[in-house]
Amino acid sequence: MDLSYTDEERAFREEVRQFLAEKLPKELSEKVRRGQELTKDDHERWHAILNEQGWQATNWPKEFGGAAWNAVQRHIFEEEAAAHHAPRIVPFGLSMLAPVLQKFGSKEQQDYWLPRILSGEDWWCQGYSEPGAGSDLASLKTTAVKDGDHYIVNGQKTWTTLGQHANMIFCLVRTNKDVKQQEGISFLLIDMETPGITVRPIILLDGGAEVNEVFFDNVKVPAENLVGEEDKGWTYAKYLLTHERTNIAGVGFSQAGLQAVKRIAKSEMAGGRPLIENPHFAARVAQAEIDLMAMATTNLRIISKAAAGQAPGVESSMLKVKGTIIRQEINDLARRAAGVYAMPFASEAVAGSNDALPDPNDAGPVAAQYFNNRKLSIFGGSNEIQRQIIAKTMLGGGK
Amino acid sequence: MNFDLTEERQMLQDSLRRFLRDKYDTETRNRILESETGYSTEIWEGLAELGVIGALFTEEQGGFGGAGFDVTTVFEELGRAGVVEPLLDSAVLAGGLIADLGTEAQQEHIEQLIGGGLQLAFAHGEPGSRYDLNRVTTTAAQNGGDIVLNGRKAVVANAEAADMLVVSARESGEAGDETGISLFLVPSDTKGLTVTGYALLAGGRAAEVTLDDVTLPDSARLGAAGKAYDAIEARTAVATTALCAETLGAMETACALTREYLGTRKQFGRPIGSFQALAHRMSDLLIDLEQARSAVINAAGHLANDRVSRERHVSAAKNLMGRVGRLVAEDTIQMHGGIAMTQEYELAHIAKRITMADHRFGDTDHHLERFIALSAA
Repeated sequence: MDLSYTDEERAFREEVRQFLAEKLPKELSEKVRRGQELTKDDHERWHAILNEQGWQATNWPKEFGGAAWNAVQRHIFEEEAAAHHAPRIVPFGLSMLAPVLQKFGSKEQQDYWLPRILSGEDWWCQGYSEPGAGSDLASLKTTAVKDGDHYIVNGQKTWTTLGQHANMIFCLVRTNKDVKQQEGISFLLIDMETPGITVRPIILLDGGAEVNEVFFDNVKVPAENLVGEEDKGWTYAKYLLTHERTNIAGVGFSQAGLQAVKRIAKSEMAGGRPLIENPHFAARVAQAEIDLMAMATTNLRIISKAAAGQAPGVESSMLKVKGTIIRQEINDLARRAAGVYAMPFASEAVAGSNDALPDPNDAGPVAAQYFNNRKLSIFGGSNEIQRQIIAKTMLGGGK
Repeated sequence: MNFDLTEERQMLQDSLRRFLRDKYDTETRNRILESETGYSTEIWEGLAELGVIGALFTEEQGGFGGAGFDVTTVFEELGRAGVVEPLLDSAVLAGGLIADLGTEAQQEHIEQLIGGGLQLAFAHGEPGSRYDLNRVTTTAAQNGGDIVLNGRKAVVANAEAADMLVVSARESGEAGDETGISLFLVPSDTKGLTVTGYALLAGGRAAEVTLDDVTLPDSARLGAAGKAYDAIEARTAVATTALCAETLGAMETACALTREYLGTRKQFGRPIGSFQALAHRMSDLLIDLEQARSAVINAAGHLANDRVSRERHVSAAKNLMGRVGRLVAEDTIQMHGGIAMTQEYELAHIAKRITMADHRFGDTDHHLERFIALSAA
């Protein structure tokens, strides 16, 4: 047992720090720190900077132009990126679609789509959930019917994150109604410019419009955009869902969030003293920090297994459940710390809404973030579904 | 012992519930949320006509209620419908202080308020005071026969709409002293008064209020010089009880929506409420909802008692509502899933009302500490 990072890992962390200090534009990190909306241009700017460094497709093998970092390296990068308030890397093309194409796509598909993801030429979004298919994703109803060398797609997807910026969407569609639900699903790549596609923003409770509904009305998709085999899409979807693991616990976000809580609580006064000196509040912060310290090690234990080539299974469900509970607790602490100044309407997702905040503590839109991050325990397989997976695996049943 | 509403209060509850059901659906309310004023004059006048504002004042103040249970009856209904109109600020806080302390001439404002023709705000909290009622640094100085106010007030709800503000200021002592605090009636067009408004996350509007050599005649004083603290604390107790009742009403709606959703939403071929993981969580919420109802009854029933008894029950209620409120808001959203995160679904607004109530008049921790201190007294 040795809790310290290796010399190489420490040197790598130094390299990451230096890169972030030199290359991360101050305007971007300041926006992230203050919880302001990032525009499409902001995302693309950061994407280009990472790409120039060759640090963008960190999970890709070298043969596809990736950095081929191991899980520990990726963890170090994510931790440092969060600490430096770097923009989140938009994951849909880079870490969701790309691994599927690399494993199941044809040579032509790999040669065509992967470089476009790297260059940022395509902005991908995800067409999984439907109004009637959330936790029960396999019950999805959007259909794709083969018509010569095309598929005709009809139906509706929902919760499509940043779909308003995307020019491409990868979709799960039903190609066979006569078999078991999971066996009639295919994985299709669809150009968002195709006639018959309508994108409608969904306004969320924090006022933001980061998610969308996407409607398909007789949309013609070239048959060559089918990934892998027809009716085998569920296998690819599961591969996608379980592939991106290292950041599922969001340890870096939690660490940055906890720092923010402490900063707010040092400046906010309660009873004539800084809030951080209040025993009840200090106890809450300490509890969260204790949980987070253990989470960081749990996370490292699991990802060093993954780095050694053992694929984590049920552990990723554990990381998701506990990681989101801790992140949400820290969001709650930030909201509490801000006191009466949590009440003004400010939102990460509404441009300009927090430019003129009256808050003397410069806490940012903490209440809006608290509400927005309720999504963490809902999306990507809700925490109830994750617990079900844990129960099934560990207890051999669990209805 | 009798836990039924009186006949009058039952009628008030029925007519208010009917009015809000007919006039205050999600779509209407969401339009009000996005409006420039943050509230609807039409709804405000409708509520006045219905007698809802009058129910918050005693007969000798010109109303026909004013007791703790009148206040909670009204606010539970307002909470059920997620009403954002400023009854708490105009009527319970600022109006209540005028009714409690005002001279005969000042009391005349109450008649206008009850009729729906006046908006008020209570400008008390300051950037460094958080939830402390005694931390007032805004100053009131004598200048000849006049009084001159200087300072800044934080997150003053309804300040922009208010025709008149009730402003607290210190005439003697230091920040944190209970003695030395006075109240003043400041018309909104007074020179030196600056109101910088913004929308609130859970609806309605508030403002930062700065007082820069605001000069008032001595007749603007509300109550005795330097002795306003007790009245502020007692009024805040009524307002806190009202807010707890409002939160209770909002939690009833949150739970009702969730029960319905659990019964109708199907995944894996069956209603999601048939999954034990959700059914047990819903059961826990319903148990806590009854605890919340009792806490509100406790607070309302002790409002007329001596200070320690009153404040102890109010702090108990606010602490419990803070804890249960968080659980109800978070779990009802979670059990719905994504749909509850959308602005057009009623629960989104209701959950925000429940949660943001923890940021007024002291949060869960503040009232836990206060309860401990009051219990030792």
